[in-house]
Amino acid sequence: MNGHTTELVVFILLFVLVSGMGFVAARWRRPNDLASLNEWGLGGRSFGSWITWFLVGGDLYTAYTFVAVPALVFSSGALGFYALPYTVVVYPLVFLVLARMWSVSHVHGFVTPADFVRARFGSPTLALVIAITGLVATMPYIALQLVGIEAVLKSMGITGHLPIIIAFAILAAYTYQSGLRAPALIAFVKDALIYIVILAAVIYIPAKLGGWGSIFDAAKHKFDTTPLPNDGITLNANNQLQYVTLAFGSALALFLYPHSLTGVLASKNRNVIKRNMSALPAYSFVLGLIALLGFMAIAAGTKPVVNAATGKPDTNTIVPMLFDQMFPSWFAGVAYAAIGIGALVPAAIMSIAAANLFTRNIYREYINKNASDAQEANVSKIVSLVVKVGAVLCILLLDPQFSIDLQLIGGVIILQTLPSVALGLYTRWFHKSGLIAGWAAGLVAGLWMLYLIPNPANGKLHFGGSAFGLANLGFDTKMTIYAGFLAVIVNLVVAALGTLLFRAAKVADGEDATARGDYFADEGDPRVKDLDLADSH
Amino acid sequence: MTTGEPGQPRTDRSPWNWLLVLPIVLPLLTFLFNADEPRLLGFPLFYWLQLAFIIVGVVSTTIVYRMTK
Repeated sequence: MNGHTTELVVFILLFVLVSGMGFVAARWRRPNDLASLNEWGLGGRSFGSWITWFLVGGDLYTAYTFVAVPALVFSSGALGFYALPYTVVVYPLVFLVLARMWSVSHVHGFVTPADFVRARFGSPTLALVIAITGLVATMPYIALQLVGIEAVLKSMGITGHLPIIIAFAILAAYTYQSGLRAPALIAFVKDALIYIVILAAVIYIPAKLGGWGSIFDAAKHKFDTTPLPNDGITLNANNQLQYVTLAFGSALALFLYPHSLTGVLASKNRNVIKRNMSALPAYSFVLGLIALLGFMAIAAGTKPVVNAATGKPDTNTIVPMLFDQMFPSWFAGVAYAAIGIGALVPAAIMSIAAANLFTRNIYREYINKNASDAQEANVSKIVSLVVKVGAVLCILLLDPQFSIDLQLIGGVIILQTLPSVALGLYTRWFHKSGLIAGWAAGLVAGLWMLYLIPNPANGKLHFGGSAFGLANLGFDTKMTIYAGFLAVIVNLVVAALGTLLFRAAKVADGEDATARGDYFADEGDPRVKDLDLADSH
Repeated sequence: MTTGEPGQPRTDRSPWNWLLVLPIVLPLLTFLFNADEPRLLGFPLFYWLQLAFIIVGVVSTTIVYRMTK
């Protein structure tokens, strides 16, 4: 064997246990039948505070978080820590926004953000644009979960794609059977494992490395001696704007992803959401500590696995390698399982959200207008399989590095739904055509900026990161800014100008099917769960 | 206009919501925390102060949640 037998056995045992739970979840909380999108795709819309907490937390903190954030901290230092302010900013930001989304969705029976846009702006075209944006942005995100599992497997000396295909086949099978109930149930195990592992890591590893002070000193020493200009344990004059806009832009993007909404819509009332937004930051502590694993790896002298194909070190393996180096084998196995299961929960929720988008906003809108509940659920189940196959193909056929680039692009493009979805919850001022124009302009601007960004670390000329140099716009500075943030500003400006223009030209606007009161309706309101659009005031 | 419950119209407007601005803006002011010293338990200021902002976030959102329930 390869010296990782114990790790592998523990990993497989936990993985099998969780998969079993995924199948049993179909019977959890006894639904009458799973043949509707409400039940299969939203768990009956009945989840209370605890389940919602685990579910929303489960899909926001993904395997990629555990793998990529510390990897970024490992290679660039302070800049990678943006993940912390990002999660501090996100909860108050969405505190009110998502409660409104919950209300209006429950009054009108919306399942996706595109459903909302369809009714709010009376535009199937805008809804289609939003749905496709969501689908395109979600696919590489799912693929990245595979990158997380792959990093763990690589650290155990397992290469090749077969194990990943098996893991995803199991995931696909129980998501197909149990819908949103599967990741909701598994999220408990995932979080329990992660808390145990992180707690152990932040107590045990610093103790072995001579305390936090020497960990930071080791990191400082490393960054002081590298030629890279933008690394260090604090920010410099040129990357502060990048840090701030990246944290803020990512926070804005996070809840625009269709899968975040899935968890929120599954909760049973507004209070569940609001209470969760005040409690979810507990995860931020965990995230901050996970990020610092990157510094621990520096202090411990951990070396990432060298990618056999390219001959370059794969920094994504830095955390698994650190665990392998510092922990006894059986506990490293537990830690690997935590990361692996951490990939399954969000992958399941994301594929369900993508499937719902397709079913509601493409299948029902354009293919079968009179689809029954059972037909919708069936289409979603099948699409969730297709989406997962697509994600696996992303990994098999493309360079994994390219998937990471796609995710970067995905974040920038999902941000372009902000004016329609997030601002739409507050104002009906925008003209539907103005919003489409803004979306297109933001998309083009965002992709253009990403195209111009090189990555000196790996010699790539394009799509090398998200830090757009302001010098490209003619400013005499080395400052960088998050491309997505600038793109969304372009989007807003064009949407606003477009709205004025279309209104002046008297271009017909869509009909708003929602009423003001819909945005505040709560559980017990007679209109909540009323699915007849014509009936609302 | 407003519909639904007779009597007072529902809304989610409240002056308490302004408190949410604090945890949104504070973590974005890099000049507050972009320094190594003073250290706390070995953590440079950059890291411990940003971790402390989580508490600001939790307290602010909890207050707003309780006052607007």
